[in-house]
Amino acid sequence: MTALALRSYFAVVSTRFRTLLQYRIAAIAGIVTQVFWGLLKLMVLGAFYEVAQDQPPMSFEAVVVYVWLGQCLFALFPYNVDPDMRAMFNSGSVAYDLLRPLSLYGFWFSRTVAFRTAPTALRAVPGLFFAFVVLRLVGLDEWVMPPPASFVAAFSFVCSIVFTIALSVSILMLVNISMFWLIDSRGMVNLTAGVVWVLGGMIIPLPLFPDWAQPFLSWQPFRGLCDIPFRIYSRDIAGIQVISELAFQFVWIVLLILFGIWLMRKAQIKLTVQGG
Amino acid sequence: MNAAIGLFAKYLAVSVRSQMQYRGSFVLYASGHFFTTAVEVLGIWALFDRFGSLGIWTLAHVAVFYGSVNMAFAVADTFSRGFDSFGSTMVKSGDFDRILLRPRSTAFQIAGQDFPLHRVGRFLQGALVFSYGAVVLDLDWTAIQLCMLFLAFIGMFFFFYGLMIFQATLSFWSTESLEVMNVFVYGGVEACQYPLAIYRDWFQTFFTYVIPLGCVAYFPIVGVLGVEDPLGSGLVFQLLAPLAGIAFFGLSLICWNFGVRHYTSTGS
Repeated sequence: MTALALRSYFAVVSTRFRTLLQYRIAAIAGIVTQVFWGLLKLMVLGAFYEVAQDQPPMSFEAVVVYVWLGQCLFALFPYNVDPDMRAMFNSGSVAYDLLRPLSLYGFWFSRTVAFRTAPTALRAVPGLFFAFVVLRLVGLDEWVMPPPASFVAAFSFVCSIVFTIALSVSILMLVNISMFWLIDSRGMVNLTAGVVWVLGGMIIPLPLFPDWAQPFLSWQPFRGLCDIPFRIYSRDIAGIQVISELAFQFVWIVLLILFGIWLMRKAQIKLTVQGG
Repeated sequence: MNAAIGLFAKYLAVSVRSQMQYRGSFVLYASGHFFTTAVEVLGIWALFDRFGSLGIWTLAHVAVFYGSVNMAFAVADTFSRGFDSFGSTMVKSGDFDRILLRPRSTAFQIAGQDFPLHRVGRFLQGALVFSYGAVVLDLDWTAIQLCMLFLAFIGMFFFFYGLMIFQATLSFWSTESLEVMNVFVYGGVEACQYPLAIYRDWFQTFFTYVIPLGCVAYFPIVGVLGVEDPLGSGLVFQLLAPLAGIAFFGLSLICWNFGVRHYTSTGS
């Protein structure tokens, strides 16, 4: 890959990012919702923890981390597609993108990275401020988000989140590519969102699912979206296991990207562009 | 009055007929809605599987709470679609001007805009979960309990409808549809899936006296379940509490009319 190509991918990310930062009001509305949702989830899970007979598989502190990180970073997860991208397929202007002197997969990948990270940047800062500071000020200490357990935990958490972004985008790329066949992506997006929400760990933390389901849950790729980074942060995953979990995320990213590139090549061979 | 009902029936018929032009798409949409709104059930089930019970509440109790709020919300959501999308479709475009010219009340016309039938998906999954709870608990349906269930549905319907009208009213000032109200709409549905008694007291107070969600979705349902209420409500209160939903609806209409008087067109 030449330096010029790299620079153009970077330019795609940065222009899209700045366009998307315009939606500030939506972001404020979003953060109010996330805070409310976080408190609600913690009250429900807290009520279960209070009456628990046996030792639950993860500590309540790890649950607090899991819930707050989920609420602050949820915009990273592949639960919707770029509406501009969808319009492109409907209007047929996707043809212009085929003419660009960049790999189409790389171009869309960069675009999608911006689409996932810009809204998150807006939401995460006030959300984390609430979880770290405001909750302590109002005296709801048991729900306050703890700082990372150690420097190593913090560093491996950051690595894992970078993988989360790549994983999320590579999943979303498959949805984007499916539009070559489906044109209307809404059904596909709804399906993906449902799967991501449950198997990623956004509905409830994955370790709380029944023990018999755990072997299946630990092998599916969606786990790499929330479960792995969030538990690294709280040291629910620690030591040598951190390395293997990061490798797990990485392997799935590579597999999904290769599959996406192959699928895209297949789509372009039999492409019909809509209207003029 | 008869003419108004006739006209409303006509609005409904037009909307239904247009949606039935694409039957396949409707079926897909409805089943999609069924599954996406049902993922929460998985979480509730898993938590009860892991922890056994939630104090005095079992999975079946929670199923009744969950089912009733989802059914009532699905109906309210279908009939209030016009208000839900009001900001983006009517105010921003200036189309509300046309509504003002017609010889019917504005709220009436907005209510008749659209009835998205695919929300039957949420209704069906709610009904299934509700039936599961009712069968497992083997509830005895006395006249009082049936009456309470009916009032709970009426209360929830008007409560959620009122929220949608409040949301629409805000857009007279903001021009866009404001999603802030979604916290109360979807957050409310989410919160009511569990009994109000498990939450903190400030949360209970807020959702009983400020936003009367508990009055419509908790107290009457506790009465239906025949459980002794940890919050200490009596039978008479459980019967009367849902009326707060109707009062809330009335208040939202007053605000709506106030908003209409302050409407300035975006032109075009």
